[in-house]
Amino acid sequence: MGGHMSTISLKNLDISYGDTKVVHGVNLEIADGESFALVGESGSGKSTILRAIAGLAPDWTGEISVLGKARSHGVDRDVSRQCQMVFQDPYGSLHPRKTIDATLSEPLAIHGIGNRGERVEAMLKAVGLDQRFRFRFPHQLSGGQRQRVAIARALMLEPKVLLLDEPTSALDVSVQAEILNLLKRLRREQGLTYLMVTHNLPVVSFLCDRLAVMRHGRIVEVASVEQLKHGQLTADYSRELMAATVASV
Amino acid sequence: MAPMLEVKNLRVSFPTHRGRVEVVKGISFDVGRERLGIVGESGSGKSMTGRAILKLIRKPGLVTADRMSFDGIDILSQNEKQMRSIRGARISMVMQDPKFSLNPVMTVGQQIAEALVTHEKLGRREVNERILAMLDAVRINDPKRVAGLYPHEVSGGMGQRVMIAMMLIPEPELLIADEPTSALDVSVQAQVLDIIDDLVTRKGMGLILISHDLNLVSRYCDRILVMNSGTVVEECAAGQLDKASHPYTRGLLAAMPTMNENRDELPVLDRTQWAGT
Repeated sequence: MGGHMSTISLKNLDISYGDTKVVHGVNLEIADGESFALVGESGSGKSTILRAIAGLAPDWTGEISVLGKARSHGVDRDVSRQCQMVFQDPYGSLHPRKTIDATLSEPLAIHGIGNRGERVEAMLKAVGLDQRFRFRFPHQLSGGQRQRVAIARALMLEPKVLLLDEPTSALDVSVQAEILNLLKRLRREQGLTYLMVTHNLPVVSFLCDRLAVMRHGRIVEVASVEQLKHGQLTADYSRELMAATVASV
Repeated sequence: MAPMLEVKNLRVSFPTHRGRVEVVKGISFDVGRERLGIVGESGSGKSMTGRAILKLIRKPGLVTADRMSFDGIDILSQNEKQMRSIRGARISMVMQDPKFSLNPVMTVGQQIAEALVTHEKLGRREVNERILAMLDAVRINDPKRVAGLYPHEVSGGMGQRVMIAMMLIPEPELLIADEPTSALDVSVQAQVLDIIDDLVTRKGMGLILISHDLNLVSRYCDRILVMNSGTVVEECAAGQLDKASHPYTRGLLAAMPTMNENRDELPVLDRTQWAGT
């Protein structure tokens, strides 16, 4: 992958659910190895953008490219291979009747990749789960352990990009710290690019390089994390968000 | 003056196939006309404590205490009928998620009216006036219109304000708020808490704010209890939180990223360290 090319590129992206347009004219370039956050209130369209990139919101116009290749509107195997999503709720995102082993093997089976046993073993190790969890079911795991499984599942195909939809907001603070550390380490070790949705600005400060503030389906500001740390966001709404967060600290 | 609520050695347990498991292990505290925060992670017993006060723990759950009294009334010896005259009227509770706590087939106005007329006999006009005034007090702009809406027609933040209106309209003396804002957006959270804070202070009520968010509780309460696996590990004034001494409290504080976060790794709680305490 050449350094000049964006890993994720969105051009004039409009996304609709039925007759309702929820994302309006979004343009974003996310560089290789970058960790980028989308922040804003619920309903601002941030999760919808992730869903469109992952192929879960097919009703869009404009251009979505991942690693230089334009994405089709249908199921796109190349994109799935390179770009995987981790969802917010670790209780809802794992199949309740599949063992952890089956959950982690499934993407390999779909993409015809062999050596599954070893890969599952290695991945459990990489996300810090003991091997004894391998043949357990999700209900036998805690929320933090399940989120580790969800991250492991996303990484099974060795993608370059992770789409993270509020990966820690359903977790306790102490568990959140563990998952944030894990995400930071995995990114360093595997050279991943992150596009993360969150409403938690301190999480952005810890894990991201840049952020876009969204409101009513539009990006109101793109800023560096340094600007965030020094309270130098300029758009009115960004300042409102910052004030709401600072107030509680 | 005796405190409004006195709790001594409260225990809550549930039977499992391995015997009874205590989720609240003998905690004691008093609440006066003040704002008390109870903080802890999931499974710490904080919500069970809140429910036990209102006797909302059903069988096979078992609640025992050496003493649990509210304004001189021994809560443990009250029967269901007597409890109904306390719940809502004198102690009320705001739950976490308006989506699941409001009745989907009743309008907002009807639900608030129900909360009021259950405890007071009032004429229809007066009920209407009280509802509109209450909706106004929780800063809903167009109370007449909102009173006629169904829960699915209002946003989460507005739904939670409706819940607060419902809980406060019988003018209780103590409000228990169990994670009142964790289902809401950051930008709306502060608004909702400000409303609770304002009403509680103005009416001189007591407040028990239950939350997992240390910062939030320290901002809106006078006193904080930190709970971990069913016990109170630390009690301190809200302003003194940064001087907290228990390793669990310190661990929780350190594990939170900050707005200007320059640590490469967040410290993680060593759960084995105080297991069994």
